[in-house]
Amino acid sequence: MTPLAIDVEGLTKRFSGRAVVDKVSLKVPAGEVWGFLGPNGSGKTTTIRMLCGLLKPDGGRGTCLGLDILAEADAIKRQVGYMTQRFSFYEDLTVRENLDFVARLYALPDRRRQVEATMDRVGLASRRSQLAGSLSGGWKQRLALAACMMHAPKLLLLDEPTAGVDPQARREFWAEIHALARDGVTVLVSTHYMDEAERCDRIAYIAYGRLLAVGTVKEVVAGADLSTWIATGPGRDDVARRLARVPGVATAVFGPSLHVSATDPTVLRRAIEPFRGDPRLAWREAEPSLEDVFIHLIESATAAREKAA
Amino acid sequence: MLSVVARVVAMTIKELIQLRRDRLTFGMILGVPVMQLLIFGYAINADPKQLPTVLISQDRGQIERNIVGALERSGYFRIVAQVSGETEAERLVAEGAAAFVVTIPDRFTRDLLRGERPQLLIEADATDPAATSNAVAALSQLPRTALRHDLPGLVAEPGFEVVIHRRYNPEGLSAYNIVPGLLGVILTMTMVLMTSLAVTRETERGTMENLLAMPLNPAEVMAGKVLPYIVIGYIQVAVVLLAARFLFQVPMLGSLGLLTVALLAFLLANLAVGLTFSAIARNQLQAMQMTFFFFLPSILLSGFMFPFRGMPG
Repeated sequence: MTPLAIDVEGLTKRFSGRAVVDKVSLKVPAGEVWGFLGPNGSGKTTTIRMLCGLLKPDGGRGTCLGLDILAEADAIKRQVGYMTQRFSFYEDLTVRENLDFVARLYALPDRRRQVEATMDRVGLASRRSQLAGSLSGGWKQRLALAACMMHAPKLLLLDEPTAGVDPQARREFWAEIHALARDGVTVLVSTHYMDEAERCDRIAYIAYGRLLAVGTVKEVVAGADLSTWIATGPGRDDVARRLARVPGVATAVFGPSLHVSATDPTVLRRAIEPFRGDPRLAWREAEPSLEDVFIHLIESATAAREKAA
Repeated sequence: MLSVVARVVAMTIKELIQLRRDRLTFGMILGVPVMQLLIFGYAINADPKQLPTVLISQDRGQIERNIVGALERSGYFRIVAQVSGETEAERLVAEGAAAFVVTIPDRFTRDLLRGERPQLLIEADATDPAATSNAVAALSQLPRTALRHDLPGLVAEPGFEVVIHRRYNPEGLSAYNIVPGLLGVILTMTMVLMTSLAVTRETERGTMENLLAMPLNPAEVMAGKVLPYIVIGYIQVAVVLLAARFLFQVPMLGSLGLLTVALLAFLLANLAVGLTFSAIARNQLQAMQMTFFFFLPSILLSGFMFPFRGMPG
């Protein structure tokens, strides 16, 4: 059995009494790439910060790279690479100066050569003397990635690394992630992009601080046990509006199409029945997409919370 | 025209909302004027009176009482001690316990009655000329007012001469007070401001998060932040001392080594204040406001802007 890079149980964090992360348990085998998905404010960043030893959990226990997240936070910091959501390097330092600073902090041997090698590896060599603040979004993200992997961490925690980055740069970024994974690095990357979720070995979906689904994309889609119908045509917005109030049914408009999903096929059939005769719409049953599953997950979680409150 | 008004009103409302959210700024807007009022009103007096004065009298009697009475009536002098020797008086002035030494020489009364115009010696601590200049000016009236009641017509006016010695600063150069004082002002301002901004900048730009995620503990972050400013502080000291010596001809009489050591304590104290502000402030603007809040009373009450002697004891 492969060792676990992340093995936490019941991880909980409260901010002023409110549980931002609520009993999250994760077992990430070494060498896998995991996608961490969930709406804004669902607790992704807080979870990642607890994993890398930045934040002390209020409850739960576990290890990162075999190190206890409560007792050995400092050791974890030395062995984990954490890329913050916001660009957090010095905009008034050059690319090389930023990397040199990080190399010094980690007391890397043969610092100069390491910095050069890192710049070569991520293609920043020609921009070594450019101020980090003047880099475009994609290059900033590369610099940040370069900085957090320079000390050769065995675990990378990347918090929305591709937010605001163009598709080309995202593709190259993911190529780099997979290259790292081939070298045995474990990667946990939070994202809002469905296509990025599909590039991961496994995904974890979190909402309101709770993990709602864990597994491969296929497993998560299958696990939701969702039925989906797609309506295409000019009347889709009307239908979406009227179906929005139906309990147990989730809707999402994708361009010309409307996706309607529910766990109970009979509920779904009954809900769409009044609109089946609409001559402006063409209906067909379809496999639910990952996004349909996420919309369903968040909507049922919201409904459950409202019911509880 | 109407739309101009609407846009200005929209901006005004937005500003007011932001101001209300930023509690600290709001507090400053109310707090700073109140503080200024209190400090200016109570503590600052550009015309200090009741200055502590030491009396050396070698001629006890009615004339002595008249002179002391006249000095005290002028409002500028307050006899705090009567000593017998000059060494004792000198010590009190050097310690700052007294601003003036009045010496009534032996046979003063006799010489006065003989019409020989005896000399009354008044030594003033002139390190801060602004603090004592009004009192010194008031002395010119002394020979006429002192003896008006007791010896009217008996002595030809003016019956005696007032000799004024300005100790430490005979030419009354204000540079002697201002330039060394500037050292403190410059250091306080830069040290507090720079450190309070230095840490807040990290928080504001999100780089603090990264620093904390790396193998670096808060004490190391603080030490690394403070160290460069200690060096900068000493560079400033060197610049001020050189300028004092060569531009303003202010002599350096004390021990440079002692100054260097004492300055370290001063620098560290200021840096600590700056770090404290940076820990409380949520952004650089707040840090700057706090620095201002600290700087204003510290400069107004330091004796640099207004004479220390004029402040309530």
